[in-house]
Amino acid sequence: MGFLHRHRNLTPYLLLGPGLLYLALFFVVPLGFLAYQSLESGNFDVGYSFTWAWGNYWDAIKNYRGHFIRSLEYAGIATILALVFSYPLAYWIAFRGGRWKNLLLLFIVAPFFVTYLIRTLAWETILADQGPVVSVLRDVGILGHDGRLLATSTAVVAGITYNFFPFMALPLYVSLEQIDGRLIEAAQDLYASKWKAFLRITLPLSLPGVVAGTLLTFIPAAGDFINAQLLGAPKNHMIGNVIQSKFLELTDYPAAASMSFVLMAAILIMVALYARAVGTEKLTG
Amino acid sequence: MTDALNRRDLLRRAAAGGAFLTVPGVLAACGGSSKSAATTSGGNKTLAKTLRFSNWTLYIDVNEKTKKHPTLDAFKKKTGTTVQYTEDINDNASYFGKIQGPLSRGQSIDRDIIVMTDNSRYPSLLIKKGWVEKLDKSAIPNIKNLQDALAHPNWDPNRDYSLPWQSGMTGIAYNDKLTDPILSMDDLLENKKLKGKITLLNEMGDTLALVMLANGDDPAKVTDATFDKAIKRIKAAVNSGQVRQFTGNDYTGPLSKGDLSACMAWSGDVVQLQADNKHLHWNLPEAGGDIWTDNMLIPKGGNVYTASVYMNYVYDPKVAALIEDYVNYICPVKGAKEALQKIDPAVAKNTLIFPTQKMLDNVHIIDAAVLSNQKYLTTWQNLISG
Repeated sequence: MGFLHRHRNLTPYLLLGPGLLYLALFFVVPLGFLAYQSLESGNFDVGYSFTWAWGNYWDAIKNYRGHFIRSLEYAGIATILALVFSYPLAYWIAFRGGRWKNLLLLFIVAPFFVTYLIRTLAWETILADQGPVVSVLRDVGILGHDGRLLATSTAVVAGITYNFFPFMALPLYVSLEQIDGRLIEAAQDLYASKWKAFLRITLPLSLPGVVAGTLLTFIPAAGDFINAQLLGAPKNHMIGNVIQSKFLELTDYPAAASMSFVLMAAILIMVALYARAVGTEKLTG
Repeated sequence: MTDALNRRDLLRRAAAGGAFLTVPGVLAACGGSSKSAATTSGGNKTLAKTLRFSNWTLYIDVNEKTKKHPTLDAFKKKTGTTVQYTEDINDNASYFGKIQGPLSRGQSIDRDIIVMTDNSRYPSLLIKKGWVEKLDKSAIPNIKNLQDALAHPNWDPNRDYSLPWQSGMTGIAYNDKLTDPILSMDDLLENKKLKGKITLLNEMGDTLALVMLANGDDPAKVTDATFDKAIKRIKAAVNSGQVRQFTGNDYTGPLSKGDLSACMAWSGDVVQLQADNKHLHWNLPEAGGDIWTDNMLIPKGGNVYTASVYMNYVYDPKVAALIEDYVNYICPVKGAKEALQKIDPAVAKNTLIFPTQKMLDNVHIIDAAVLSNQKYLTTWQNLISG
């Protein structure tokens, strides 16, 4: 007590300590190891050695450019879809949910009580060729007589959208819920239409939620491989599929490590552009 | 049939096929490692108190009421050795990933027997790296009961390091409500009526072997030319939209629901699916099928003598029959069929479990060198992930 009392300004650092240590041990160290690995050459049989093999990065980009682009594209579309679907939902729960709010939120989170894999397998059943969704779409002519959803990019994007939906909906809800209703009343008192009040008050105030939600959705979605694996055809595979097969099937650790870094860089660039477009202060609220 | 549901085994095959491979963590995390086991010893002929045996899930006899494994209890009664049986292998790649660290540092993995599939590269890799012990054949007189077809795989020609636990065949399944019988890979890959209605297996050994046989090439001796020819043919089928997906065990859902008219399939799965869907059939392709085997191996540091005594025990046809009655894959032990006839004649009659000689003559083992050829593996992975 005496020590802390005398060095009061140390307290924050002591409190930060465990967290920093944890991150250092389980994030920075493995990342450093991964970076080291990404510059190795050789193969599993003879062993790998560190050779500053920058060529791994070049190979990753050259050979799998299509997969990188596809991953960012699918993740981007899924993020936009999740935003479009969940904004009205979060808005409605925040402003009209009343005493049912908690229950409604529970409904959003409920699918997460089931493991990721099982949720995705359920989509395989929902979108089955003989299933109800496909037969309705065939009847109304959206799908051809022999059309299908499984093993198409539509199924992959739909699966990703669904699987990351709560990551979008919950931050949106939190930011909408915090909006002071009197601000909207004031806007209407000043003769703003409902629509205008939404555009000038509600939407800007909810932007931190939008930014948090899009990042929480986009970043993991870009590295996802389960949806592409189960719902997609080979030509829908994403970079995550390639990385996992390099790591586990081919035990080609340098290639997998360098591809992971390229993906990380690609995501960082996208996030930076995005932050720039919406303004960084929105990132932190 | 003991209990269809129990044997269902989805995870096991899925994993072997690689579909869920990396859900990995999820699945691989199940295996707990334990340090409490007996110490190891090489060379001496005394039985250890405990035999540490890692196997795939749902792959040994279980008494439904007591949840015990009768054959393991009987082994203890006979020898005094307790088998510490762990079902911690869900797929070859992740299990290998788990044990390769300690083995490469010369540390024991606290196991006396592990089981790995020979249509993956891992059994041969383990031997090549010197990470497994030689069997003590003097303790395994019952090795004479090993099926002839399995006696000389080219990655372990004299079975010095390995003995089969169970086998399964790779062939073609079809749904007779949706298509005429599909009995050849030519039909599967090129029959226009099946466009988008078929899947192939994502395990390279399986698909490659069947396509090479259809090409008239020998899968036991793969050359660059025959490999390229097979890859080209598969690629053409993928590009034309004929092939819907490459799957692990996850073909079972779409096949039984009718999304697939036909697909490459493992015999063991189809025995199961037929119980629910009488329209499903499984055949070896006319040009020949593929047989894979899960092999018992003794990892470095394991107790060779005790493990060998156990292997000898399961190669007693009577014991093999008890295991087979529950497991329903292909039994590698001669005489097990006759022994099973007495306890469960229906299972003994099923040719997917006890294939006829004609079927066994028509199945091939894929060239092990191919499975560890990095260039081929990379080509394959690039093919199946677009």
